[in-house]
Amino acid sequence: MRFTTIFVVALRALRRNSMRSILTALGIIIGVGAVITMVSIGNGAKSQIEAQVATLGQNIITVFPGSFSQGGMRSGFGGALTLTPEDAEAIAAEVADVDGVSAEITERSQILANGLNWNTTVKGESPDYPAIRNWPIAQGTMFSEQDVKSLGKVAVIGKTVADQLFPNEDPIGQTLRIRNLPFRVVGLLETKGFDMRGQDQDDVVLIPYTSHMRRVSRRTNINTILIQGSSPDKLDRVKMDVEDLLTQRRRGREPDFTVRTQEEIATMATATSSTMTLLLAAIAGVSLIVGGIGIMNIMLVSVTERTREIGIRLAIGAHGSDVLTQFLIEAILLSSLGGVMGVCLGIAASEIVSQTNGWPVLVSPSSVFIAVGFSAAVGVFFGFYPARKAARLDPIEALRFE
Amino acid sequence: MAPVVQIRELHKIYESGEVPVHAVRGVSLDIHKGEFVALMGASGSGKSTLMNMLGCLDRPTRGSYKLDGIDIEKLDRNELADLRNQKLGFVFQGFNLLARTTALENVELPMLYGRHRRLGMDVIRERAMHCLDIVGLAKRHDHFPNQLSGGQQQRVAIARALVNEPQVLLADEPTGNLDSKTSVEVMGVFQKLNDEGITIVMVTHELDIASYTKRNLILRDGVVVRDEAVQNRLIASHELLRIGEAETAAKLVNSPSA
Repeated sequence: MRFTTIFVVALRALRRNSMRSILTALGIIIGVGAVITMVSIGNGAKSQIEAQVATLGQNIITVFPGSFSQGGMRSGFGGALTLTPEDAEAIAAEVADVDGVSAEITERSQILANGLNWNTTVKGESPDYPAIRNWPIAQGTMFSEQDVKSLGKVAVIGKTVADQLFPNEDPIGQTLRIRNLPFRVVGLLETKGFDMRGQDQDDVVLIPYTSHMRRVSRRTNINTILIQGSSPDKLDRVKMDVEDLLTQRRRGREPDFTVRTQEEIATMATATSSTMTLLLAAIAGVSLIVGGIGIMNIMLVSVTERTREIGIRLAIGAHGSDVLTQFLIEAILLSSLGGVMGVCLGIAASEIVSQTNGWPVLVSPSSVFIAVGFSAAVGVFFGFYPARKAARLDPIEALRFE
Repeated sequence: MAPVVQIRELHKIYESGEVPVHAVRGVSLDIHKGEFVALMGASGSGKSTLMNMLGCLDRPTRGSYKLDGIDIEKLDRNELADLRNQKLGFVFQGFNLLARTTALENVELPMLYGRHRRLGMDVIRERAMHCLDIVGLAKRHDHFPNQLSGGQQQRVAIARALVNEPQVLLADEPTGNLDSKTSVEVMGVFQKLNDEGITIVMVTHELDIASYTKRNLILRDGVVVRDEAVQNRLIASHELLRIGEAETAAKLVNSPSA
């Protein structure tokens, strides 16, 4: 049979049973749409988590103090107060492939300004801090190396602190008091939002770590050292160099520090999101199978129902292959039409989720191919297989079929 | 001239049940071009089985069958399909039209298969319209089978059977599902076609329907027991006039107040 003619026959058959055609296509549409939406949301969540990890800064190595034991009592990690600003300075001076180092000391404190007060995190940092954390200054400048050396009473504040203490005012040049000491605000950090633990990162005041140690907290040790490596592939070597240097500086004493790269933290975070993506993919897989069974049922029922039609066509002079080609074209048309609509539905649904959640939703091409391929294969197989059985009947048997 | 249908010692045995059923037990028959034959018999006489073998829908167990000089024994499934498509036209008792398909598209159906498949859609459409015109349904070409009466559906089926200009028109109880007046209308269509030279073989169990044909074959227990020309042949157009008059009269009698 000429292809166009058989195409016309198949189109007529689909139009003739528009309800059945719609139902079959619907199975495919739902299956494909569900898979694409699920996987897109999963991917979006993953990229969201990765973006949050990235807000920590690029290629960061963190040195934490180790544990200590005193009179049989052992503190946990971070318990020892053994990191010093000199450790940070040594790292900056001696380790290669380091772009920035910041000695970090953290304390919560009540601060006053403008007749208002606010309890916030006061961090002692080095001037490298904004670069390390990938956190630009929105207004003003970061304090300088000179401020660190001179124990300068200068501060850079986060957006939340600015909103709380200087509402409707330009905070630059204003004075705030920490432990009753006046600090001049020289810079305002850009809004960074919440970190992975849900803490407001903008609720912060940065001052030089020397000022923090001498004037504010009166401590001789620092909490952590932030190190920025120059590139991701050198991170492991920088980490080892830092460990070696610090061990050397302790002259054979038990190492009282821990060095972690950001990759380790990031790996943990992405592992979580990978689990979630897997979960969503599993749900999507189930919906695909359910959709497939739906397609199968409709196809099986409709071909059985159409045995008489096949009988008429055979009696009138159709070859078995004509009937088969017709059913194959019908199945392919339905599957591809349903597939395309399913893809559109999936992308639209992903888009809606993205719009309502403010969440990046990434449509993955592989999920599109798998979903469409599977549905089409199911549709075509179960459209074709029973039709083949019917086309092999004697016309008279097919005609007598009720 | 060689007969269109030539059957010699045809047998059909069904083996499907516990006991083999010998439905046709040696029928020999010649049907020439232009004949109008009625195959008659009680149920189980083998007339439908014989009809199915004549229509190449079923193969004989034994015996030979030549259709238009072609020995069907040597043909495979597809060649049989082509033969049905080109040399035979079918009219079934249950019409067997495709549901939810317009009259025109139903008539086009045979042209979508076999050697006519190379025709363009416009030629196919034109020929289908012509055949619908022959059976008087050109105006209703876009109606679906469920919008047509039984008689009209059967006329669509006849148009479909005619569309490939077959050698023989085979009708299996074409009036079985119709009332008497519509039956006469359908017989009128057959007589008109037969007058134009088309060979028709028809199965029926109604004697009055058989008397519209030219030749009656009676089957009993799988063999032909009588084969005779019709003596008092009825003419459908005369009968329709008579029925029309009777109906008019009945209406007058039944509704005197009107």
